[in-house]
Amino acid sequence: MKSDPSTLIPSLAALCATFGLAGAAAAEDLVISNWDGYMAPDAVDSFNEATGNSAELVLHGTNEEIMGKLIASKGAGYDVVFVSSPFAEILHKMGLAEELDHAKLPNIANLYEAATQLPHDPGNTFSVPYAWGTTGLCYRSDLLAEAPDSWWDLLTPSEAVAGKTTMLATDRWLLAAAQLAEGYSVNTTDEAELAKVKEDLIAAKKTLLAYDDTTFYAKLVSGEAELVQAWDGWCNYGIAENADIKYVVPKEGSDLWVDEMVILKASEHKEAAYAFVNWMLDAGNHRWAAENILYKVPNEAAMEGLDPALIEQYPNMGMSAEDLLGYELLMDVGEAQRAYAKTVSEIKAAN
Amino acid sequence: MSPVKDRKPLYLMTPALAWLTAFMVVPCLLILALAFFRRGIYGGVEYVFTLENLAMVVDPLYARIFLKSAGIAGLAAGIAVVVGYAAAYAIAAMPRHRQPALLFFAVLPFWSNYLIRTYAWIVLLNREGLIVHLFRWFGYEGELPQMLYTETAVVIGLVYNYLPFVILACYAPLSRLNPEVAEASHDLGASQWTTFRRITLPMTVPGIAAGFVFVFVLSIGNFVTPALLGGGQFQMIGNLVYAQFLTANDWPFGAALSMALIAVMMVLLTAQTFASERASGQRGRDA
Repeated sequence: MKSDPSTLIPSLAALCATFGLAGAAAAEDLVISNWDGYMAPDAVDSFNEATGNSAELVLHGTNEEIMGKLIASKGAGYDVVFVSSPFAEILHKMGLAEELDHAKLPNIANLYEAATQLPHDPGNTFSVPYAWGTTGLCYRSDLLAEAPDSWWDLLTPSEAVAGKTTMLATDRWLLAAAQLAEGYSVNTTDEAELAKVKEDLIAAKKTLLAYDDTTFYAKLVSGEAELVQAWDGWCNYGIAENADIKYVVPKEGSDLWVDEMVILKASEHKEAAYAFVNWMLDAGNHRWAAENILYKVPNEAAMEGLDPALIEQYPNMGMSAEDLLGYELLMDVGEAQRAYAKTVSEIKAAN
Repeated sequence: MSPVKDRKPLYLMTPALAWLTAFMVVPCLLILALAFFRRGIYGGVEYVFTLENLAMVVDPLYARIFLKSAGIAGLAAGIAVVVGYAAAYAIAAMPRHRQPALLFFAVLPFWSNYLIRTYAWIVLLNREGLIVHLFRWFGYEGELPQMLYTETAVVIGLVYNYLPFVILACYAPLSRLNPEVAEASHDLGASQWTTFRRITLPMTVPGIAAGFVFVFVLSIGNFVTPALLGGGQFQMIGNLVYAQFLTANDWPFGAALSMALIAVMMVLLTAQTFASERASGQRGRDA
């Protein structure tokens, strides 16, 4: 994940001078795991400076990668991890996530009311939302004859666009494209529905340039691809380089994905872990995160102060919380995960 | 009488053996053991014995992926052997003092990272890439076929990356060939082709077998090249194993797949050992 914040935001001093957490105890070595580029580059340093902690950032490439490590170590070695909501749910179900003490997280009050009542974790008992958004279509408005408005525009592209589309390779989102197109739940475990989804996606595969989770926006910029399935924030990285790139949520809708902060029960630095999560939820810090990563954050106080110029350049940054909440949240599908994985294998192995 | 006990080889081998045992044999055994346990609902491993994972490996879907991988790996190995053998033959035919420099050039690509070498092909082959631009520069206006993200691109990438192994493997026996053998064959009236077919080729079979098996084994388990040059559309067995460990979080099934893959490789390596032993045995008898 690459963003270029230098083009976006001028002064950081004003923002990071904001905080000092009262009474932060002696320095603790906090290990935070997040995706590369999914925080402001100075976030950890600012936190350390503000609170006197010595936090360290480690990176994971995918949810699954960090989950593998956490499951293998029973959560030891990490204090705060950033994962998507279905994975936060799994951490909770496995008993690896800390039951959150809200007294230590006063800044939760900054979140949108709805963001504290998400169906997988009403009341933020084990997870705190960090960023949220939609999955939709990112495209070159100057190369496509007409603007796409349906998932079928991606799944059954016109002849002119065939071979110039990419789809996300990650299980849940690859399947979501067809689940949404068919009007199914993005958490469906119905065998017949999964079979139809598989059929649609195998047909779509023949028209794809590639499956791509990481460089799709670069392919749009170079013109290699003209229409791609994308997370809204990553489409923004393309928009930053080429203003003809646009993002749309298809008329059939999107999933709502939420990336969360989870404190590990095995953490030996809980005070510092709470301090970090609370620090991040501060309006200024969370806004600074949004402005850097170009993803929406579920923090009302942060979003209210967002630079209007940013919303003008990246219209999906202006999507309201109500709009987002109209979409179905991706949830853990439990036992059906094996069926999901097999469906994806079958799609990828199809000729 | 028992042979003289010289313990020196044992001492010399101990560090390598210890290293391989600790960091290769033990982890492999751990992985193999995983194949017999059940996957937890949320990933992880439940220590309940099951043969379910091994049964899943023979599911037609995965068998097809195995065959497909073997096909791609076989094709890559075949092409690499033809191209590499020719190059090795040419190098071995050069004056002795030139050969080290040529071999040096053959392995030069190894000085850069595998990923970078693979990315280079993306730069070359993509729709807005160097090759397409070169065609346009020469005035070609038509549509070029999609090159990147195809099976061809995967095979090209594999051949390119592993070719130096083949050149080295074939060069070794070719450079050791006694030129007098070939001369004798000519003297007895054999054509160049016959000499090559009846003398040179059989005597260099060990190199060919080693080169082929090298490329095949490295290719069939490869997951980087199909992911990058195949655009994720060609699932090879390596990608499948990768997916079980890193996306599906199904370690036991991933372990079962690895086990099958390792078995295939063992069979091939054993076959290769036999092939080269037979070839050198024959040479011994003929001499």
